[in-house]
Amino acid sequence: MSVITESLGTATQMLAQGDERLLQTVWLSLQVSGTACLLGGLLGLAVGAALAITRFPGQRLVVGLVNTLLALPSVVVGLLVYLLLSRQGPLGDWGILFTPAAMVVAQSILVVPLVAALSRRLLLSALSEGGDQLRSLGAGGVTTALVLLVHERLAVLTLLLTAFGRAIAEVGAVMVVGGNIAGVTRVMTTTIALETSKGDLPLALALGLVLLAVVALLNAGVALLTLRGARQGVVGAEAMA
Amino acid sequence: MRAPPAQPLVTLHAAGAQFGNTVALAGVSLSLQRGDRLALVGANGSGKTTLLRLLHGLLPAAHASGARLAHALHPEGRAPVAAMVFQRPFLLNLPVHWNVQLGLWLHGVPAAERRARTQQALARVGLASLASRPARALSGGQQQRLALARAWALKPDILFLDEPTASLDPSAKREVEALMAAIVGEGVTLVFSTHNLGQAKRLATRVAYLEAGRLVVERPVREFFENPGLPEQAQQFLKGELPWTT
Repeated sequence: MSVITESLGTATQMLAQGDERLLQTVWLSLQVSGTACLLGGLLGLAVGAALAITRFPGQRLVVGLVNTLLALPSVVVGLLVYLLLSRQGPLGDWGILFTPAAMVVAQSILVVPLVAALSRRLLLSALSEGGDQLRSLGAGGVTTALVLLVHERLAVLTLLLTAFGRAIAEVGAVMVVGGNIAGVTRVMTTTIALETSKGDLPLALALGLVLLAVVALLNAGVALLTLRGARQGVVGAEAMA
Repeated sequence: MRAPPAQPLVTLHAAGAQFGNTVALAGVSLSLQRGDRLALVGANGSGKTTLLRLLHGLLPAAHASGARLAHALHPEGRAPVAAMVFQRPFLLNLPVHWNVQLGLWLHGVPAAERRARTQQALARVGLASLASRPARALSGGQQQRLALARAWALKPDILFLDEPTASLDPSAKREVEALMAAIVGEGVTLVFSTHNLGQAKRLATRVAYLEAGRLVVERPVREFFENPGLPEQAQQFLKGELPWTT
């Protein structure tokens, strides 16, 4: 018990003093997962919208596949991206293995099925409510999907937050494709894993606390937006301009 | 010498609609001229909404047949503009004025015109003071008026209304009906479904009675309500809806 309290005390001290190693790791994590969430989120929304508004042979199979990929283990994604980006791999010429870019690729792939599956559900529900009425106003399929995503922007934001949570909390993919190189590809989760194995619990705990705080802050942000949206109903209206 | 009859805005020749094994409409023929005000009456499930959707071109080709829809005809040298207001209008989680502007944007109205037309439309339905309010926070009657404003802003030649006052209280019903009357006063062709026969009498020039997906009879409003030679099914319907007349 004393080890835990002692570690917590040191962790709090590191946070309070703004330990450079700690801040660097946190900043890289936010950069990698934020970029992955943005790229994977956009691709996932496009896939989800396409699956919601189009009908094509084999669609059920594709939907089943996307739903199955929700349970995709991050370490498997890491392995696939490693094979693609390694020197002998088809994308080896890019030369990005063991760089933050490779970690972004891996995390983007990880969040695409999540965003695609959930946004497809969201859009199907919105389409059943207002799809015909938007079509009667002259909206085509793509426009309908875009308008409905704006209409459901708070749900989309929550969905992207979920994706960000999945990205920033995963360890397997970034460990494999990033290599956990100090100062280059070492992010919060890989540092926690490494420092725990080394017995440096304060840093691991401090990073764990930061990880929780980041997600808590994002949750609070979404809750505030939801509250504001419920009161005013104007959140995101500017996006229509 | 009499002028040749104007070309109709919409014609249906033995039109039908089918969903799987269910025949929702069959053998429906009718035409609409500019200024017509056609009320569709009939029991629930008789095909009123399907007919409105068919006329508006909302049914996929796989489900619809026999229709020459508004967009296919150019009776006045251009495709008629059609708009539809649904029983439960779908309003976006945006302020009132954005809901109107969105319709104009989707119709390709230039940005410079959108603001002015939105203001006009909202003033027309008495919602100008609520332009910045969230659309979904409006009352049922206000939401229906907003849906009418969104449709009216498009300057439609034909306006389709699917039971526009069905879920409204008497006061809101009167407001919406007054707006409908004002809109038709501008020469807009109106097709609306209703269970309110008084509304059909007040607003329509023609009444069509549907039963089980078939158009049983379609007559000028006066003949429909006063002519004893109505088909048996339509007479039964009127008796059921207006029991005090028997």
